[in-house]
Amino acid sequence: MNDMNKVGIVGYGITPFTKDDKKIESILLDSAKELFKNNQKINRDDIDAVLVSTNNNSKYLSPILSEMAGIQPKIAHTIESLCNSGTNSIVSAYSYIASGLADMILITGAERYDSPGQILEWDNSRGEYKHPIFWASIFTKSYKREFSISDEQLAIVSVKNHKQAKENPNALSKKTYTVDDVINSKKLTEDLRLLNCSRPCTGSASIILASEDKAKQLTDKPIWVTGIGQKTTSAGFTKNNSFSSMESTKLAGQTALKMANKNSKDIDVAEIHDAFSVCEPMALESLGFSVEGRGMDMINELHDTNNFKINPRGGLIGSGHPLGATGIAQTIEITQQLQSNAGKRQVDNPKVGLVHNMSAAATSSTVLVLET
Amino acid sequence: MSFESKLNKGEFFIPECTECKKIVWPPAEFCNHCFGIVSLKEGPFEGKIMEFSRQNEQYFCLVEFENTIKIIANISKLPIIGQKVKISKCGINDGNYFFQVI
Ligand SMILES: [Zn+2]
Repeated sequence: MNDMNKVGIVGYGITPFTKDDKKIESILLDSAKELFKNNQKINRDDIDAVLVSTNNNSKYLSPILSEMAGIQPKIAHTIESLCNSGTNSIVSAYSYIASGLADMILITGAERYDSPGQILEWDNSRGEYKHPIFWASIFTKSYKREFSISDEQLAIVSVKNHKQAKENPNALSKKTYTVDDVINSKKLTEDLRLLNCSRPCTGSASIILASEDKAKQLTDKPIWVTGIGQKTTSAGFTKNNSFSSMESTKLAGQTALKMANKNSKDIDVAEIHDAFSVCEPMALESLGFSVEGRGMDMINELHDTNNFKINPRGGLIGSGHPLGATGIAQTIEITQQLQSNAGKRQVDNPKVGLVHNMSAAATSSTVLVLET
Repeated sequence: MSFESKLNKGEFFIPECTECKKIVWPPAEFCNHCFGIVSLKEGPFEGKIMEFSRQNEQYFCLVEFENTIKIIANISKLPIIGQKVKISKCGINDGNYFFQVI
């Protein structure tokens, strides 16, 4: 890896997640505009590539965003991989820079609340049960059975993440909830309540990646992408071998930590893809933060001590889940944390952070390691 | 006949490669192992309940066949993990597959 160029995060822009009915093109521009407003030193003429992350069906969105933002990039295209489109775009941008094809790249993720990325039509093995609440119900039931976990215990994930989202001005949720609120919220299935779910929403997030030289010119506090791991085990939910752990997350996590020469114990702050409550303990276990079946112990302790180490911005459950923007918003949160710029969400002096972003019942996962 | 045209008539077949004999799932024209041509194996097949949940009054379960393929199916009575079941009804409704087991 030593002969590759180092890649750093030099700027970001993010706008509040809402239920607004806006055109995808305007949503994309929202966070890109915010980014350039906050980073006046970045010259748009120096941007070599514009990558758009979305599940929206509109075409040619990267050239459109480039034109709206006054950029004439060498490379411009869209990247789609359902819910982990955002980190997939960051990985693509990393590769362009590490290989020397580009020096500075704008990555913008955006989604509308009615995204077509919520339901994977292709996976017919699920019969009539194609909505994500059904794989989430199977995961939840299986996890509860295997590790003797109750609905009340799992509800802590939602309670904690809503509490943390309250300190995130861009989060969709503005409320806090109790365990009783969660277990008495609208029943979607026997194993899933409304407050156990992340909510689709309208949102946008932008980030700029640059080569080492560029990064050092543009910011005093570059955050380096030091580890990347990705794994896709299948496209269909029913191909999973385990319904109480995440195979693709295990493999992606190992790859990313190995590349960064780190161990899960070295991670000071992490964004975890809590699409549903059960995903948080499952992912923590699959990433090696906890032994199998004990993820809730860690979550409980963090909640009780008001420690924001896991999902400081409120996770997907608290922040909302605009699919294409989520992985980028997670990366922005870890960047802010590592720059000690996360306001009331700030974790104590973090040096190493991790982003976990996944798709379609953990059939595909991306893990990033970021460092100061 | 394709898997879908059989399913559309309410019949559940399991797609199998004519070359390497592996089960090909989800159903496809070609084997994802050797790209051999896929043929349809006729049932009845015995499935095993791996997991289940319930929406309103309707139970749904993850059923495994031939130790290889899994589907999500309706079931009318409270399922038991490991319970042996067979397909009682299946088809295509508005482009979506549906399966029921007993
Ligand atoms: Zn074959």
